[in-house]
Amino acid sequence: MAGESGKIDPMHQFQIEPLAPLNIGGYDVSFTNSSLFMMIVLGALWLFMWGGMKRDLVPGRWQMAVEGVTGFVNNMVSSSVGPEGKKYVPLVFSLFMFILMANFMGMMPFGIVPGVHPFTVTSHLTVTAVLAVLSFGTVLVVGFWRHGLHFFSLFVPHGTPWWLLWLIPLIELFSFLIRPFSLALRLFVAMTAGHVLMKVLAGFVINGLNAQAAWVPLVVSIPSFILMIGITLLELLVCAIQAYVFALLTSLYINDAVNLH
Amino acid sequence: MPQIAQILETYASQFFWLLIVFGLIYFTIGKGMLPKIEANMDARDRKIADDLAAAERARAEADNLGDSGEADLAAARLVAQGKANEAKAKAAKDAEQRLAKADAEVGAKLAAAEADLAKASAAAMASIESVAAEAAADIVAKVSGAKVSAAQAASAVKAVMANG
Repeated sequence: MAGESGKIDPMHQFQIEPLAPLNIGGYDVSFTNSSLFMMIVLGALWLFMWGGMKRDLVPGRWQMAVEGVTGFVNNMVSSSVGPEGKKYVPLVFSLFMFILMANFMGMMPFGIVPGVHPFTVTSHLTVTAVLAVLSFGTVLVVGFWRHGLHFFSLFVPHGTPWWLLWLIPLIELFSFLIRPFSLALRLFVAMTAGHVLMKVLAGFVINGLNAQAAWVPLVVSIPSFILMIGITLLELLVCAIQAYVFALLTSLYINDAVNLH
Repeated sequence: MPQIAQILETYASQFFWLLIVFGLIYFTIGKGMLPKIEANMDARDRKIADDLAAAERARAEADNLGDSGEADLAAARLVAQGKANEAKAKAAKDAEQRLAKADAEVGAKLAAAEADLAKASAAAMASIESVAAEAAADIVAKVSGAKVSAAQAASAVKAVMANG
């Protein structure tokens, strides 16, 4: 967290550090702190789901929680895609749960253990880009698989006046092609900005406490600390909202591919 | 911003591990665990719906049974009432017949007795007339010494008795 000479660098938390160097086919695929947190996300998610696998007729608390989440995703997909959306529930569920868990893992107070830094997997453009490409690629594959070249009729909405036929498809095409970028950037920017803000406020609290003048902690540290509690709660909300937005947009895009408007 | 500054050094590692992790999540959790959990939820929903339907059916059946029982009861009551009425009517007719027969017998006996009585009283009347005529002739002879023939006495007695 703390850089050299007492300065706090809010961007340091995004630094990727190799833990175990690995090289496959000339590519550097070292196991990094980012990979470690992906593994932690996988473990936490597996543990969560495993607790819901008792399959009792009358669910316990844990099973109820798991069934609540699966039912939520199922509802979201079936209400935006319809009955044919059942096939895409595993994909949307995996995206939703991975993003949600990764966001929450980045918020965990692992930092109280010296030398351990939490890492937010979803604050990296490389990660969110892959997730967005998965989502967008599914839409493309499903769309062309089901409708062939007829899929291009997606760019001509019903009721387009004939004299706008040169413009509307262009706009639709542009908005279609921008989807993966908006998916990737939205998540990346939201997580990065939130974590930078929290780190800056934490820097205010710590630097204020270390200041020579006695009035500084009172005027800077305490208000910053109070503000930080609120920002942290807000950030927890953002974690859930961003995962929800990503999953919801993915299911809406899949709806376009399945039902062509 | 390390996300962009480091992108060329780290993109391969990020892609590699993310695809491994996300593949594991998709295939073991999304395709493996999720359908089982959903199947369990569906089975529960179906069981609840089935149980509700069965309960509804049982209720309807019970309602039907109650209705038909009541109808049976009413029919049986009607039959029993009919039988009772019939028996009552039969008994009444029987009694009437017996009464009429007894009545007729009694009437016949009464008539015979009355006839006997009338015969007896006529006989008695006839004997009284002759006794009275004899007595009258005797009385006349004793009182006046005149001889009265039996025929005269009898006509006199007949006149008196006719008067009263």
